[in-house]
Amino acid sequence: MSGLGIVDAAAYVPAMRLDRGAIFAANSWANPALRGLARGSRSICNWDEDSLTMGVEAARRCLAGRSPDGVRRLYFASTTPPFADRQSATVIGEALNLSGQLAAVDLGNSRNAGMQALCEALRGDGQALVIAADARRAKPASVQELQYGHGSAALLLGREGAIADVVAEYRLTRDFVDQFRGSGEDFDYRWEERWIRDRGLREIIPGLVQGILKKAGTAPGDLARLVLPAAPPRMTAAMAKALGLPPEAVQDGRLGDVGDTGAPHPFLLMVDALAESRPGDLVLVIGFAQGGIALLLKATGNLPRWQKRNARRLALSPPRPESAYTKYLSFSGLLPMDFGMRAEADAKTQLSVFDRHRAELTGFAGGRCPVCNTVQFPRSSRCVNPDCNAEGEQEVVLLADEPGAVTSFTQDWLAYTPHPPLQYGLASTESGARVLMEFTECPLKQMQVGLRLRFVFRIHAIDSQRGYRRYFWKGAPAP
Amino acid sequence: MRQYGLDTALGERFMTGICDKVAIVGMGCSRFGERWECDAEDLMLEAFREASADAGVEAGDLDAAWFGCYFDDASVGKSALPLANALRLKNIPVTRVENMCATGTEALRGAVYAVAAGACDIALALGVEKLKDTGYGGLPVGTPGAFTEQWRPNTSSPGSFAQLASAYRAEHRVKGEDLKRAMAHVSWKSHKNGAINPKAHLRRAVDLDTIIGAPMVAEPLGLFDCCGVSDGAACAIVTRPEIARELGKTEIVTVKALQLAVSNGSEAGHGGWNGSYIHCGRLAGQRALEEAGVRSAPDEIDLMEVHDCFSITELVTMEDLGFAEEGQGWRAVLDGAFDRDGATPCQIDGGLKCFGHPIGASGLRMAYEVYLQLLGRAGDRQLPSPTLGLTHNLGGEPARCVVSVAVFGRND
Repeated sequence: MSGLGIVDAAAYVPAMRLDRGAIFAANSWANPALRGLARGSRSICNWDEDSLTMGVEAARRCLAGRSPDGVRRLYFASTTPPFADRQSATVIGEALNLSGQLAAVDLGNSRNAGMQALCEALRGDGQALVIAADARRAKPASVQELQYGHGSAALLLGREGAIADVVAEYRLTRDFVDQFRGSGEDFDYRWEERWIRDRGLREIIPGLVQGILKKAGTAPGDLARLVLPAAPPRMTAAMAKALGLPPEAVQDGRLGDVGDTGAPHPFLLMVDALAESRPGDLVLVIGFAQGGIALLLKATGNLPRWQKRNARRLALSPPRPESAYTKYLSFSGLLPMDFGMRAEADAKTQLSVFDRHRAELTGFAGGRCPVCNTVQFPRSSRCVNPDCNAEGEQEVVLLADEPGAVTSFTQDWLAYTPHPPLQYGLASTESGARVLMEFTECPLKQMQVGLRLRFVFRIHAIDSQRGYRRYFWKGAPAP
Repeated sequence: MRQYGLDTALGERFMTGICDKVAIVGMGCSRFGERWECDAEDLMLEAFREASADAGVEAGDLDAAWFGCYFDDASVGKSALPLANALRLKNIPVTRVENMCATGTEALRGAVYAVAAGACDIALALGVEKLKDTGYGGLPVGTPGAFTEQWRPNTSSPGSFAQLASAYRAEHRVKGEDLKRAMAHVSWKSHKNGAINPKAHLRRAVDLDTIIGAPMVAEPLGLFDCCGVSDGAACAIVTRPEIARELGKTEIVTVKALQLAVSNGSEAGHGGWNGSYIHCGRLAGQRALEEAGVRSAPDEIDLMEVHDCFSITELVTMEDLGFAEEGQGWRAVLDGAFDRDGATPCQIDGGLKCFGHPIGASGLRMAYEVYLQLLGRAGDRQLPSPTLGLTHNLGGEPARCVVSVAVFGRND
């Protein structure tokens, strides 16, 4: 291997968890057989989240407290990028305020795109950020609707301070078509489950495990944890048994509270596995799609410190139970709700204007007055402080990581939002900037003047007429 | 002549202001409401006919006109042409003005300034809006500009002003239910006043429980905390006082003050403002009272028509204009200080609450009521011999606004 290790890892799962019982209750008339899957909950994106914003969130968690200056490569893996021609990695790089010299790469077309991106990143030199995110849609009343979840994860690779070293990589490449999504199609199409199990998982995964163990010169008994793709727990247990591993070594697939997230899923489970590992543990991570990729990791002595960081990050978005199935359908674009005439307003973005203000819009850059030091958003050529109003070039101040607080707010049932009521108001940042902004993820009763905020990168508006969407920052309750 | 100073880069200068330089010789106001039967042009004519008859001035006598309309694209179209066409003006200079909810008062300011400057003898200010043809329940969705719309939330007017309530509660430690009760009183009083006004849109008294229990529009503003949405037009014909006398007027109403204050971004973008009051409302009020030579607004102003787009706006405006102590406006409202029989009656005609807010017309509609009251022509609504009245318009939202304040008085 290149000598790069995993320096940090972070997962992000949207707070909204849709009760599978609610999905089943709405669809049982059409398919009562779904009852067997109607346990627990699955994660769903808020209306203002997509793969790109989830990617930004995971990456921010991964980079928190570090200088991003060393990151020269950014890989974004997803089968659900918001644009077919506008690379998410580039947008994410600007949201993270990474260098303009960044090599930004999108990978897709496979549930294993995250693992592929990781393998590519490991071959390079210097710090790299590998992000995977998916928000796959599913037909109402389908098995996938109950099985899938939305989420993202990010890994920071580097030479120094690894929490896990990469011991070996092994691949099997085979066009095994268990499921597919045609170009431009909304939904996945899946073949018969038993065939996938018997001729897919049971043939390919043991081959991967044996292959990588042989390559690494390791015995099955040396493995502390096995991260397998999202498969029914009984099947993963059976595979572990066949490999001679104890059942507790198999990492839980998070099907109970998240669902199968797609491209980020191996990373999501890897974060879970590392959270439960000890220095020196060997963790085998397997991604499955058209064959598979196996990576053998070895936890280092830096792991315990990371585990504390990871616990704090998970507290950033505590799960919020959701039982409104139609809300999920509407957010997924599967139910055209009547939001009135205000929803008809054109959300066209003037791209030349966007380009001039990219740093403010994507990077949440404010300005600091060279005379009175007042921090302000947006940056301007004349200071906003009424006692100053000096003209001059304002130094850039990045506001995204500053703590914020609510100065005024409303919960507006008239203004259009796909998730009424629209919550917005004046937010103040620690450095004194004042921004009228939307609030998101805030239970209505929790909102009050003085509420502490954390800023998150979200969809600002969707231009469904032209297939464009714009992004900006919003205030979310700080933990 | 009154003088007031301003410190400028050029050193201290003295302006004389416009106090008493311009008289209103005629005013007109259409019936406000859901005027499905007519176009904006018909409303303009309806208002102008009344003003023309009142002033004894025909369209052909006008030297210039100012035309106020906000949602031009949704109704009459851009430019001054709609007014020139509707009244078949004699190819005189006509200027279209738009300054959000202060548009009507801006039209008046243009006409008054032109007369005061001696640029013309007789000028018309006319504002109109045909909101009901837009199809919206409230105001149509606008855009705040190509860059701003890429980051600002998709606000509504109720939502923008609802923030005022949240900040007011926090700043003055007023309980939510107390403020809600005071806000309800604002609307209750206006509905009571509007019920007896034949030109008002909503002519029904509404009880407090109905107001408090109404569906929420934008927390904490319920349906009855919001003004109506209607069609309407209003206008004024202005000239110099000596010309007014030549026209045979013996009871003369003059413009005592006409001031405007416009946000420069500091409220929205600087931490010095806590969101609980209207910065430009205070400034416009101070300037207008100074221009009018009013030393104590509560003692000298006999009635006022303020911008009650939402109940909380009126409540906070009572403080901003000096009719209540800061943080005490809600108590003054509950004590009935601004009721018909209170210390300073406010919205004696029913206000925006009952007239609705056809934006271009509102400022002139307020002036119309003050004009009628000063001349003793307000019928059932007439107050006992008022001599000084104030109007106030607030356009935009608390953090980014244009505020106009005008004072009118008898000057026989």
